[in-house]
Amino acid sequence: MSSLSVSSNGETPLAVKVDDLSITYRTTFERKPTLRQALVRFGRGQRAVREVEAIKNVSFEVRTGTAMGIIGSNGAGKSTLMRAMAGILPPTSGSIEVWGRASTLLALGVGFNKNLSGRENIILGGLAAGLSRNEVEERAEEVAEWTELGDFIDMPMRTYSSGMSARVEFSVAVHMKPDILMIDEALSTGDAHFREKANAKMAELRDSARAMFLVSHGLGSIKEMCSEAMWLDKGKLMMRGKPSDVVNAYMKFVKVKKRETAMEDL
Amino acid sequence: MTAPNGARVGRARQTEFEPIYHHYGPHRAGLPPLIPYFRELWRRRAFAAEMSRASMRSANTSTFFGQAWLILNPLLLAAVYYILVTIIRRQNDPAFFAHLTLGIFAFQLVGHSITSGATSVTSSGKLLLNTPFPRLLIPLSAVRTAFFRFLPTVPVYFVFHAIFLTHVWSAKMFLALYFLACMVVFAMGLAAFFAAVQVYFRDTSSFLPFFVRIWMYLSPILWAPEHIMGRFSGPIITLIQLNPMYSMVGGYTELLQNDAFPTPFMWISAAVWALVAAVIGFLFFISREREFAVRLV
Repeated sequence: MSSLSVSSNGETPLAVKVDDLSITYRTTFERKPTLRQALVRFGRGQRAVREVEAIKNVSFEVRTGTAMGIIGSNGAGKSTLMRAMAGILPPTSGSIEVWGRASTLLALGVGFNKNLSGRENIILGGLAAGLSRNEVEERAEEVAEWTELGDFIDMPMRTYSSGMSARVEFSVAVHMKPDILMIDEALSTGDAHFREKANAKMAELRDSARAMFLVSHGLGSIKEMCSEAMWLDKGKLMMRGKPSDVVNAYMKFVKVKKRETAMEDL
Repeated sequence: MTAPNGARVGRARQTEFEPIYHHYGPHRAGLPPLIPYFRELWRRRAFAAEMSRASMRSANTSTFFGQAWLILNPLLLAAVYYILVTIIRRQNDPAFFAHLTLGIFAFQLVGHSITSGATSVTSSGKLLLNTPFPRLLIPLSAVRTAFFRFLPTVPVYFVFHAIFLTHVWSAKMFLALYFLACMVVFAMGLAAFFAAVQVYFRDTSSFLPFFVRIWMYLSPILWAPEHIMGRFSGPIITLIQLNPMYSMVGGYTELLQNDAFPTPFMWISAAVWALVAAVIGFLFFISREREFAVRLV
């Protein structure tokens, strides 16, 4: 991170600033909202929307050169926070400011077309990320090479295993020369060799990208990869600091919770 | 607010990606600033084109005839309607067959745009949840697909034209492009509108094929504009003429087949309908698009 320019007050410039962010989903009970359901509900005088408070009054600033790890239990709002920073989910209140182009590798993967080959999907993924056609074509070969899928790269993606799809998705996300990289549980399906390669690539990106966000349940990799960590619980920012401290506090919290429930069981 | 000083990072980067500043505030419904929105939309047009190309490539990969279906499909459709009309009218009229194919092919352009545009957003699942881009690209990409499915029907039509309407060739035919353009713009607006409606009411895509079918019967395809004059009273004719497709398909076929100049009403009404549909459809879609990610979860 030595290559970063440092402003006069000794601090690097901001990459992301989140100010008093709250996100409340209004979502429907039904998985598929239909006209019939709406009519039935209307007849009964019910409203179908339910509010889900995914993020509650979270504020933080991330300076360039930071690799920020985000930890927390399932449903803590980690993925929601990432989507909001990527500009996919609108804030309910508060604001998010981002300096730079974000490349995301979020939970659920990229919406690739299973009938197309890996190579075609790489081009589609690059264009979706906002690159121009020329830039994508320049990089497609490099990305394809990097996946180490051999002849499979020209086969339809429906023939891929989940690990092979993950390789393509990961390499698209990391080769787009992002200013801000957001990675959400990306490395859960890769094999040992690919995971090692991916870790090396992320370490390289950490030094060249302006900021990196890593959501992971692998607390080891948070400690290893990140220079700072944040812990979210039920949409609230519980703690922020050095990765080892945050991980320890989180572990302690999880154990305490476990003990409490164990006591209830008795 | 501007980027703080020294936001440049000390590494080689393309100039067009110099510090981009995003500010995301709480406007979930309501319109984002439109000029940057459409600038970004235009900048990403290659993505919409690739998405459409990809869906066309993957659509017929598992069929025997593959891409030949792009020609086979309209031909079979024309044959079905020809048999239907011959049976109903009890007369064989090859010139009418040319009229029928021209109308059907043009109408299908709009029909396909609507039906595939409607499901385009709801079926784009992960892409929409994980990648930020102007969502309007999704229904527009569906319209592009519909247009590229329409293109191979043009030579098919001109083969029929050359066989059945040998005497009708004139420079006026190029003016039909005006009506074609109106239909494309009209289709874009409707695709965007129904794509947004579909997010809230998933039944839309089930109703639409019937709606489109009825609309086709109400448009001058199985009949010609001159057939209705004198057969109906004034108000009913006005009602028939209010149908947007009356002007668009009517003007298109008159120029290409009758060597006639459409009435000024047709020229104006086609453009007005196209603009109204595009403005309402686009604005409705854009005002809702920030909520799609939540609604699709």
